[in-house]
Amino acid sequence: MVTLTINGTAHEIEAEADMPLLWAIRDLVGLTGTKFGCGMAQCGACTVHLDGSPVRSCQTFVGDIGESRITTIEGLSGKVAETVQTVWADLDVPQCGYCQSGQIMSVTDLLTNNPKPTDDDIDAAMTGNLCRCATYHRIRAGIHEASKRLEA
Amino acid sequence: MIPKLMQSLHLPGQKIQASRRQFLLGALAAGSGVAIGYHVLAATPAAASGTAGSGADALAFTPYLTIDADGKVTVLSSQFEMGQGSYNGLATLVAEELDADWSTIEVLGVAGNVKAYGNIAFGGTLQGTGGSTSMFTSFERYRTAGATARAMLVAAAASDWGVSASDITVENGVLSHVSGKSGGFGTFAAKAATLPAPAEVTLKAPADWKLIGNEKLKRFDSARKANGTEQYTIDVKLPGMLTAVMIHPPLFGATLKSFDATAARSVKGVVDVVETPRGVAVVAETMWAAIKGREAVTAVWDESAAEKRGTPELMAMYKDIAGKAPAAIARKDGDADAGFASSARVMEATFEFPYLSHAAIEPLNAVARKNDDGTLEIWGGHQFPDVYQMLASQIAGVTPDKVQLHVMKTGGSFGRRAVFDGDVVVESVYVAKAIGYRAPVKVQWTREDDMRAGRYRPAYVHQMKAGIDADGQLVAWSDHVVGQSIMGKTMFDGMVKNGVDPTSVEGANNLPYAIPNQTIGLTTTEVGVPVLWWRSVGSTHTAFAAEVFLDEIAEATGKDPIAFRLSMLEPDSRHAVILKMVAEKAEWEKPVAAGRFRGVSVAESFGTVVAQIAEVSLNDSGGIKVERVVAAVDCGLVINPDQVRAQVEGGIGFGLGAILAEEITLSGGTVDQANFDMYTPLRIDAMPSVEVHILASANPPSGIGEPGVPPIGPAVANAIYKALGKRIRVMPFAKSLSA
Ligand code: FES
Ligand code: FES
Repeated sequence: MVTLTINGTAHEIEAEADMPLLWAIRDLVGLTGTKFGCGMAQCGACTVHLDGSPVRSCQTFVGDIGESRITTIEGLSGKVAETVQTVWADLDVPQCGYCQSGQIMSVTDLLTNNPKPTDDDIDAAMTGNLCRCATYHRIRAGIHEASKRLEA
Repeated sequence: MIPKLMQSLHLPGQKIQASRRQFLLGALAAGSGVAIGYHVLAATPAAASGTAGSGADALAFTPYLTIDADGKVTVLSSQFEMGQGSYNGLATLVAEELDADWSTIEVLGVAGNVKAYGNIAFGGTLQGTGGSTSMFTSFERYRTAGATARAMLVAAAASDWGVSASDITVENGVLSHVSGKSGGFGTFAAKAATLPAPAEVTLKAPADWKLIGNEKLKRFDSARKANGTEQYTIDVKLPGMLTAVMIHPPLFGATLKSFDATAARSVKGVVDVVETPRGVAVVAETMWAAIKGREAVTAVWDESAAEKRGTPELMAMYKDIAGKAPAAIARKDGDADAGFASSARVMEATFEFPYLSHAAIEPLNAVARKNDDGTLEIWGGHQFPDVYQMLASQIAGVTPDKVQLHVMKTGGSFGRRAVFDGDVVVESVYVAKAIGYRAPVKVQWTREDDMRAGRYRPAYVHQMKAGIDADGQLVAWSDHVVGQSIMGKTMFDGMVKNGVDPTSVEGANNLPYAIPNQTIGLTTTEVGVPVLWWRSVGSTHTAFAAEVFLDEIAEATGKDPIAFRLSMLEPDSRHAVILKMVAEKAEWEKPVAAGRFRGVSVAESFGTVVAQIAEVSLNDSGGIKVERVVAAVDCGLVINPDQVRAQVEGGIGFGLGAILAEEITLSGGTVDQANFDMYTPLRIDAMPSVEVHILASANPPSGIGEPGVPPIGPAVANAIYKALGKRIRVMPFAKSLSA
């Protein structure tokens, strides 16, 4: 038995230490907003926050988490996250939407630590999140717009 | 403009404009015509699809929408949603005519009623999404459905209120009478659903449209994609469901000899290891257990009939073939050989294109469950639902009507889910059957499976030749296309005529330029690598070869690339208009900023003409950065302007990634790439800024999901030539630039 604290709730799960957090979240805890795209930290679809910082849950293992707090897209809250999510709908950023949970997890972290990111900052923070629909143009615009709204 | 619109768009039952994709009509149409489904309907419960999830009290108004007692409108979409916005587009058409409240619109994918959902571009006899046909084929059908339901609601209210229907107005989901009486859709839905559907309805005049063409209309489904609640096949969870991963043959065409699953069976969570005609399946309680179990299986394969050639051998063979006479002729104008012979100057170029992976971020998957009543349910990205229903029924030994398909939204597709053999869909049925249907099964491919188990944009070689006369006029042109056929030997084999698969040569055999002598040839190769349409299909390579070669010719004859193209186009042709538009928007006449280099291209696909001007810069180490792309688009009448922009923006990113760095290669028949470390789609740092300009048009709508893709490659290649003086002829670019 392992206890994972996800979105403020303790979950007792039956998992071996080598199970990627991604599959624990999806298959054992039953939260499906976190997506699988590659399994090797290449696409960012599985991004969650561990103690507030983004990690790829497909390459984070149940045995290594210990007491750390896990936040998934379902548990994301606060002004930055809500602003980002509102902007995402206002600008119709998503196409298929499959990568967008991961994008939003990364964007929220970026804007929390860097409220006025430049395009280069955005590139650096977001290159780990693939979007095969290539919504990058709107992701970039969305980050700038959220930054503006948060400043106001 | 309005009268023309009325003519072209407004007549119920009119023949809808043929797209180039209507070639598919040929074998299938047989006079089926454009059947507007609402006659058949009212009697047809939405439940016929088996997926009417819009509530038990949802009442069917035509097979295209339901309205429940709360007045909630659910559009039943025949067109599959993979991100391209077809659900949103069809909802726009319905809500427009219904005068529904947009903020409460819901859309559900449906299948199982080909009469109502058959794609008219495919002759109406097959439901399917592809060829950028969703909007033009649905334009009449779904507006008519909305207008029909509206008329039924109005009739119900008129009868309840004892007033004349003509005194009732409808706005935002509310019916009102001049007397002050009013009520929502829900108030009248029950009665309206029992009324006969009117035999004919009058559609709104374009001047009265509120949603169609509305710049401010937002997608109904963005918020749920921003908060993680959108549901895809990977998210389907049924009581007792097991998850399976496949072990596919290591080479295309290899077959299973034997396997040893002893060790796998002892992996915690593994429930079963079974054989299917498509490989071995490891069935487990979780995805992770299935993956671990798979690592413990040893399988032995018979590789005697497998494809064992690698990319070097195949490309050498293709280039050799390309230098010879083509096996089939797709277009012949005048006499190209005579034209070359009399030319002052002859130019030649060979272009090489690799296999490409669709690489949607959601790897392929499907869920199958057999119920006690004998029905089989399958959840998946059913892009060709009728085909999958038929295949599944054969595997399960039940009649097709016992197979219920749940059409899920998918995390991309780009053509990958429109398959003839049902691949992952039939796998889910095979695996469910192999475990005796004792539990529902989700077959989930990993990224490695998705990348290595096939279905790629075929590899091609183009051998181009041009003859230029003493006045610098292009007088002769030939293009010999060499590569595999997508439709040959599939259920679409009938589309291959005289040895020409139209998807191999589209974009090459319909060049708009006035070149008096031209021959477009095709030699179809037989290779055991499974291929498929990949967003924008033939034009992914044909447009590149033509538009880069044209640029070389313009350069050789000392002409401006846009002026050169215009000199071969009728001044008011769609291509000329859109080229002039992109030139104006990108200020082509003005010198480009220092350190920037520009290239242009134009291509028509799926009835839509797109021109793009790409601006590139060089970094200190000589690397290329595409900084900016200006696009001009003629896609006829625009239903969702912001979604047209979104599709062109995304198409540019999708196409740019491919030409910069994507390729699937084979060594000894084995696919070399397995994941995104080796197969590298575009990332945000390489995305240019994009401006999309849409031509105002009164013509019927044409495709938009794909046409943004073809022009980006040649536009960037032509800009790189300006920057580096190097012609890009071998894809991806990295290969040409390092050569
Ligand atoms: S699934 Fe974790 S980064 Fe792709
Ligand atoms: S929106 Fe489709 S992968 Fe990003």
